[in-house]
Amino acid sequence: MTVYFLCVVLLTMGLYCLVAKKNIVKKVIGLIIMEYAVNLYLIIIGYKRGGVAPVIERGMNPAALERFVDPLPQALVLTSIVIGLGVMALMVAMCLRLYEKHGTFDMSQISKLRG
Amino acid sequence: MENITPQLYTLLVFMVVGSIVAIEARNLLSAVISVSAVGFALSVAFLFLGAPDIAITQLVVEILVLIILIRGTILLDNTAIEKGRDTLAMVASLIFFGLILGFGAMIFGSTGFPEFGEPLMRVSRVYVQTGLPATYAANIVAAVILDFRAYDTLGEASVLFAAILGALALLRRSGSATREEVVSA
Amino acid sequence: MKGMTLIVKTISDFVVAFIVVFGAYIVLYGHLTPGGGFSGGVIIACAFILLMLAHGKDVAFSKLSERAAHILDSAGAIAFLVIGWIGVVGGFFFLNVFGRGEQFRLLSSGMILPANIAIAFKVGSSLFLVFSALAIFRRRSFRSMIEDELP
Repeated sequence: MTVYFLCVVLLTMGLYCLVAKKNIVKKVIGLIIMEYAVNLYLIIIGYKRGGVAPVIERGMNPAALERFVDPLPQALVLTSIVIGLGVMALMVAMCLRLYEKHGTFDMSQISKLRG
Repeated sequence: MENITPQLYTLLVFMVVGSIVAIEARNLLSAVISVSAVGFALSVAFLFLGAPDIAITQLVVEILVLIILIRGTILLDNTAIEKGRDTLAMVASLIFFGLILGFGAMIFGSTGFPEFGEPLMRVSRVYVQTGLPATYAANIVAAVILDFRAYDTLGEASVLFAAILGALALLRRSGSATREEVVSA
Repeated sequence: MKGMTLIVKTISDFVVAFIVVFGAYIVLYGHLTPGGGFSGGVIIACAFILLMLAHGKDVAFSKLSERAAHILDSAGAIAFLVIGWIGVVGGFFFLNVFGRGEQFRLLSSGMILPANIAIAFKVGSSLFLVFSALAIFRRRSFRSMIEDELP
């Protein structure tokens, strides 16, 4: 149970970074931390005690199938990680555009300038 | 690997400490490197949790995240802006934290949350049992993402396509006129 | 601007081929061992990004030009969609109608192998594209700022 609690702590820290920090790069970092927390939570939910990776080997005992961890959250998280990379590239592109336009990463100054 | 709980707790505490450093560091370079350290610890945790596919993907994606963040941002403006604590944001985060715990207790209080290490696997049992005979793929995760649930993968590929297109459109050359050029033109 | 030192260039020339081969292995054996199109595509993109970091953008674009990367990106997405539509022949979208082959062989499991290859092309070329766009944009817009700090 404490494992889930630590995941929620990680998620909340990412949210705090996203809301409180003025620097845009810090906001991107907060979003990345939130994504890590969600991915880790999904994988932990699918873990089976004493489980092995869901890869079948040649000549494997059919009883060993019962020891596999849950493959469904892994399949969802696998694609979500790559999408996270794409979204991060999009956010970095936005950061560079804003820096080019305003010459600063400071969110409060950017909103003052009304560019 | 029978009991992985100590290793998992060590990695999780490392991740929490690394995130605190990443959030509170003054220098943006150290913040970026700390968040990458968190990502590598996450990759090792996936390996312990029996997910080698995810571990490989997380490792290579983390390398790219580090390169892009450093190349994209660091040389420009290295110091973070610190203007005292934002108490409103702190309070909002704590309220959110309490809401998550409260709703979790409300929903799972009577039925009981699945304990760590005992997943339900109501759907996944079918995938595991019929994965090899139905698709001939030995890697059950590949069988799930590209055969049983290929629709999801199609949707996710289109999301990635849209994200990359958005980034390319933001960075294209013709739209890069500054405000002075626009005003004078 | 013309890349890094001679040591880095030599080592990266030596290593890039191995990285591409490893990425291709990860993609092709995605249905038998851990891996698959997503991670293999990112590894192949990493090889080209290493070329770009070590040699500058001209050498990297001579290996894989911007236009070719655009075409590969779209072709991968279309190929994945076409693989889905082929399933309609057998009944419904994404039905695995190809021959299954023999278990635990490379050429088995029907459409999973071509779908892995299509996803690898899509992911790899699109990440290379976005990285090169970031690098070019940064060099064009912040030239004065960067040249002050770089040796």
